Amino acid sequence: MLAEGFKAEAGSRAGSANRAWIGSLFELISGFSAFLVFCLLLSIIATLVVGSYPALKQFHLGFISSDKWNPVTEEFGALVPIVGTLVTSVIAMLIAIPVSFGIALFLTELSPVWFKRPLGTAIELLAAIPSIIYGMWGLFVFAPVFAETVQPWLKAHLGKVALVGMLFQGPPMGIGVLTAGLILAIMVIPYIAAVMRDVFDIVPPKLKESAHAIGCTTWEVVWHIVLPYTRAGVLAGIMLGLGRALGETMAVTFVIGNAHNLHASLFMPGNSIASTLANEFTEAVGDLYTSSLMYLGLLLFLITFVVLAISRLLLSRLGRHEGA
Amino acid sequence: MNRLATCLSLSVLIMFVFSNAILAGDITGAGATFPYPVYAKWAEAYKNETGTGMNYQSIGSGGGIKQIEASTVDFGASDKPLKPEELDKYGLVQFPTVMGGVVPVINLKGISAGGIKLTGPVLASIYLGEITNWNAPEIAKLNPGVKLPEDDITVVHRSDGSGTTFIFTNYLSKVSPTWQKKVGNDASVSWPAGVGGKGNEGVASYVQRIAGSIGYVEYAYALQNKMIYAMLQNREGMFVGPEAKNFAAAAVDADWSNAPGFYMILTDEPGKDSWPITGATFILVRKVQKDAGTGKQVLAFFKWAYEHGDQMAEKLDYIPMPENVVKLIYQEWKKIKGPDSKPLM
Repeated sequence: MLAEGFKAEAGSRAGSANRAWIGSLFELISGFSAFLVFCLLLSIIATLVVGSYPALKQFHLGFISSDKWNPVTEEFGALVPIVGTLVTSVIAMLIAIPVSFGIALFLTELSPVWFKRPLGTAIELLAAIPSIIYGMWGLFVFAPVFAETVQPWLKAHLGKVALVGMLFQGPPMGIGVLTAGLILAIMVIPYIAAVMRDVFDIVPPKLKESAHAIGCTTWEVVWHIVLPYTRAGVLAGIMLGLGRALGETMAVTFVIGNAHNLHASLFMPGNSIASTLANEFTEAVGDLYTSSLMYLGLLLFLITFVVLAISRLLLSRLGRHEGA
Repeated sequence: MNRLATCLSLSVLIMFVFSNAILAGDITGAGATFPYPVYAKWAEAYKNETGTGMNYQSIGSGGGIKQIEASTVDFGASDKPLKPEELDKYGLVQFPTVMGGVVPVINLKGISAGGIKLTGPVLASIYLGEITNWNAPEIAKLNPGVKLPEDDITVVHRSDGSGTTFIFTNYLSKVSPTWQKKVGNDASVSWPAGVGGKGNEGVASYVQRIAGSIGYVEYAYALQNKMIYAMLQNREGMFVGPEAKNFAAAAVDADWSNAPGFYMILTDEPGKDSWPITGATFILVRKVQKDAGTGKQVLAFFKWAYEHGDQMAEKLDYIPMPENVVKLIYQEWKKIKGPDSKPLM
């Protein structure tokens, strides 16, 4: 019996030498692709480090804390773009997380069944819009309306409040750090909402139904059953959105105002790392200028890396917690 | 592993063959974005006439300089001229092709094109953030009878490095010692005030959107977008508007023959019609050409452009080089040599 089986297998092997060849080719190609990703990552890091070496040598770590950016005297510092990147991303997340949560909640728990599909598709379509469109829309449509309506209102109502008032000073121009943050929020909402909806959907109906059966309200079901069950996925969605917000280039460049100045007010123009690179790389002359831009790129890479690392850490902690 | 290496080298080989096939016989250039429309127009007409194509990539002046230094293109293009010592250092020859003007544009209630007059020092004070309101006495004094609104001034500048900025800050440095000391002159500077727009179109759209704003754009942009420009006082004390004949006046009165390597920035030039913020855009080629044939093709292209391209340039709102300057350029070309050290032209 056993010998016969072996024979049959050998026969089929000989008959399908062709298939074996395809199999090994497939292995080769997929192995090569995986290897290529690794090579790309390493070479990008290497390029950034080598490229930023002159600036690293000249400015050391003081680069990070200096708010100077003067191509004429070749003094460069990254504080303004770093602050701009972080502040716009924080504004974006403050708005995007609750709104996305609301959207996902409505889609999975509250929406009538016939409405689920069109709304879900609309959100996915939003995610597919190229960022330059958001930038143009932000500059041509959103900014003027924002300058005439929301900004004067914010200035009048919050401008005089202690501490918070600081954030809403200056002429309402419609462009600036706040506008950039809002546009980013609109851009990341579909990402976060889509992930949240997908993970909310995988909660076993049995759990939710049991909770409803013992008299829980929808909110209690979401808060005590759905959210704890999907923590990891929700966090992953938020990190995906944050990653996009940190690195977004064109949309931010259009509306942030691109000025290398630090202001307390969110109405004033600022700069982000990605928009500085987009603006200045093509015309940068001189080793120090170019390598300072490379240094900025390296810093953005590090920031994104740290965000990713933190999210991994959180996820693994959550995982351990759930295991216990 | 062996198979992998074969695959890889084969694909690299294929890529090389293809890229060479596309470029064969054509001349290549890269650099400034400002003259791109006219270079593209010339290239198209030249190809129809001679069959030789010209492939120009508008990657920015900085990129153009880097590419020609590395000899990856046949010529580089820059809005910012290199100084004679830089030309010597890299072994390059430089010559101007067309000129343009930089125009201050405003968005002010009740003011029409040319309805407001400014001087260089006042413009510098506005950009320094020292004059912050439109009814400041400095501006009112220049515009008696004009009803100036009480609006705050929002300064708009370029956020990207740009030849336009180079010309504009060169002018401000010439007319304002404070500007010279505090900010200086370059393709991008540390702006003391205002917001930055990306490209001419970015500045134009910010100015059109923000009430009480002032910006600066290339002449063609001001013209095509029908923007409200300001009159400027030139060196002779005359108030002039941005017009083609006033840009040309600045070039005619400039002393090109005493400018080694054509290092000439046409700001604050003498002449009563001269527009004070005028500039030329430049071509960079290697002094010693590796391949005499390609070098000759590049020069033949620009010779053809000087002889047949003026109308095309004017249609796109550029100012062609005056005839006396073109003669000087042909003189300069004698410096360009082949591998055998014989002049190409």
